[in-house]
Amino acid sequence: MKNKLLPTTITFIFIIIFIVFFKGLKDTNIYTPETKINNEVPSLSVNLFDTNNTVNTIEIFKSDKFYLLNIWSSWCVPCREEHPILMELKNNNRLKVIGMNYKDNKDNAKNFLKKLGNPYEKIIFDSNGTYAIEWGAYGVPESFLINNNKIIKKYIGPLNKVSIEEINLFIK
Amino acid sequence: MKIFKLFLVIFFIFPIHSLKADNEVLKNKITKNLRCLICQGQSVYDSDSEFANSLKIVVDKKINEGLSEKQIYSYFQSKYGEWILYDPLFNKNTYFLWLLPLLIFFIGGAIVFKNFKKTN
Repeated sequence: MKNKLLPTTITFIFIIIFIVFFKGLKDTNIYTPETKINNEVPSLSVNLFDTNNTVNTIEIFKSDKFYLLNIWSSWCVPCREEHPILMELKNNNRLKVIGMNYKDNKDNAKNFLKKLGNPYEKIIFDSNGTYAIEWGAYGVPESFLINNNKIIKKYIGPLNKVSIEEINLFIK
Repeated sequence: MKIFKLFLVIFFIFPIHSLKADNEVLKNKITKNLRCLICQGQSVYDSDSEFANSLKIVVDKKINEGLSEKQIYSYFQSKYGEWILYDPLFNKNTYFLWLLPLLIFFIGGAIVFKNFKKTN
């Protein structure tokens, strides 16, 4: 019995290590962020782009309507690509599109909206990217679908036809 | 009088500087344990990306608000998930990860002790 203890223990340890590594082999080594979230809208005092007034985010997303918070910047090329989609979403009366201008020059941002159209009901001005961090964002472009003060879906990267269809299903 | 003034200056300035230095050390420690999620194998401390730079500002803000190191980690974990931490917190998902080396150490120690006792 005593002689068997050592080989049994070593075999046991090796089996555990094998299982752990074998399971690890199947995991992807590319990080895929969680997009189905159910976090509450962060309560923050934010500056508005047009008026420079400070408001709380809870005030912006207070009604029981659906909101789409879109993080954008004039220097971001994919933001130009998704802009026509946002202009399309603007016409949907079940959804309010709110913008968050990320680390941008205000004049450039104004020119961007003048040239491509303004789909946003309100724009939050995030001069140093800290508001985006509070929202759990990675960069631009990124969008959050919000309902009843909760983030129900996160879209990392530019919105496309598939995301539009999904948003329409949510707000139906 | 001059000495008294000098003493006052040292008395008031020195703690502020040492406090700032402490905060800087803590900020570096925290940002070294946060993964830059949009970079390849870099910590927030090492990265100069837009994401990492904004995150450094938020860490600084949280330290100034008086949050502890653990509270700051929990805050980022709630925003980005456990993947953002290089050093995962001790919870039900990581019990095995943290306890396995200890378990192996104790089993190994018991075997060595037993053999040592046997030879004596």
